[in-house]
Amino acid sequence: MNLAEFDHHAPIDGTTIFDGTQAMKGYALNKMCYSFNAAEAREAYKADPEAYYDRFGLNEAQKQACRDKNVLDLIAAGGNIYYLAKFAGIFHLDVQDVGAQQTGMTKDAFKEMLRKAGE
Amino acid sequence: MATIIGGLTSSHIPAVGNAIAKGLQDDPYWKPFFDGYPPIRDWLADHKPDVAINIYNDHGLGFFLDKMPTFAIGAAHEYRNEDEGWGIPQLPPFPGDPKLSWHIIESMVAQEFDITSCQELAVDHGFTVPMQLFWPGAPNNPDMPRVVPISANTVQHPIPTLKRALDFGKALRRALLSYPEDIKVVILGTGGLSHQLDGTRAGFINKDFDQYCMEKIVTDPEELTKITRMELVEKAGAQGTEFLMWMMMRGALGDKVTPIHANYHIPISNTGAGTMMLECAA
Repeated sequence: MNLAEFDHHAPIDGTTIFDGTQAMKGYALNKMCYSFNAAEAREAYKADPEAYYDRFGLNEAQKQACRDKNVLDLIAAGGNIYYLAKFAGIFHLDVQDVGAQQTGMTKDAFKEMLRKAGE
Repeated sequence: MATIIGGLTSSHIPAVGNAIAKGLQDDPYWKPFFDGYPPIRDWLADHKPDVAINIYNDHGLGFFLDKMPTFAIGAAHEYRNEDEGWGIPQLPPFPGDPKLSWHIIESMVAQEFDITSCQELAVDHGFTVPMQLFWPGAPNNPDMPRVVPISANTVQHPIPTLKRALDFGKALRRALLSYPEDIKVVILGTGGLSHQLDGTRAGFINKDFDQYCMEKIVTDPEELTKITRMELVEKAGAQGTEFLMWMMMRGALGDKVTPIHANYHIPISNTGAGTMMLECAA
């Protein structure tokens, strides 16, 4: 089945619409991230990340994006930001760290951009 | 019968939960945001609602993508707040009102809104942060109302249309007005306003659009139903779609409302934060 034929959203710059196509692509990755609601799951992941990826059946692109902690790659691999936030939380990355990484800015520059939106 | 006394809106940013836990209300970064709440708390202290209907969107605590309800209604005696994975302090359970919940569920389905009923529902920051803002110390506030949580899907497209969200609120109004007990009800619409967490457009905030929405939600919510879902993503940001909760809240208030108080501040975390108090005609 060609998933692309279901992509009927008009493109919005810098934005991935998390729809059925992405949900199917990212299911294993998001399911792993959902497990991180539980403290024992976070500990199990930290103890052996590679075994944890295999337990949830992540594909190689998803595993590599996790190893690199690369948010844009995680999204491209089907990650949903609400679940990815739980992955980022393991490394104490907040939404401004995540925003700065995706936009290629320092965290301070990213926060300044947010502040300027209020002017 | 139940009386709907008003509607409250608030952003539900997780960082606010941490700021409350750390007592940062007077910190220069936080003060312009927290200053939006005391007038609403005064109003609540005067009116003392018996029940709060908290319309929010779950962010991956109560629901996963295995089964994603478009509209879910809590029907539990209490609602637990659980670990979300990134360190926001957990609160004790919130008291429910299952009798009212089942009345709403019966009425909504009779009105052809095919909702998901939840006898267990863990509630996340989308629910708890506004409760803490409106009822400090929640759930251990002496005026704490019983709660009915209603969650709408904004995690995965397709999300509901703005028209459907407003219509949901109108049906919720009919459900509440047909409840035989004399209770006072306040409706919360939480989330938003503009923000985007993901992609190279992360950090997008749209002050003009937020202010337009805050004006029209009072005077002409029907006009807002002309906004398509993709326009909402474009103009409010990918997570700004949480504005749907405001539409659901507004539908439950009836045609005429009086704005009692409003506050808008950029930025809190990555978000344009909007707070409103709308009173229903007596």
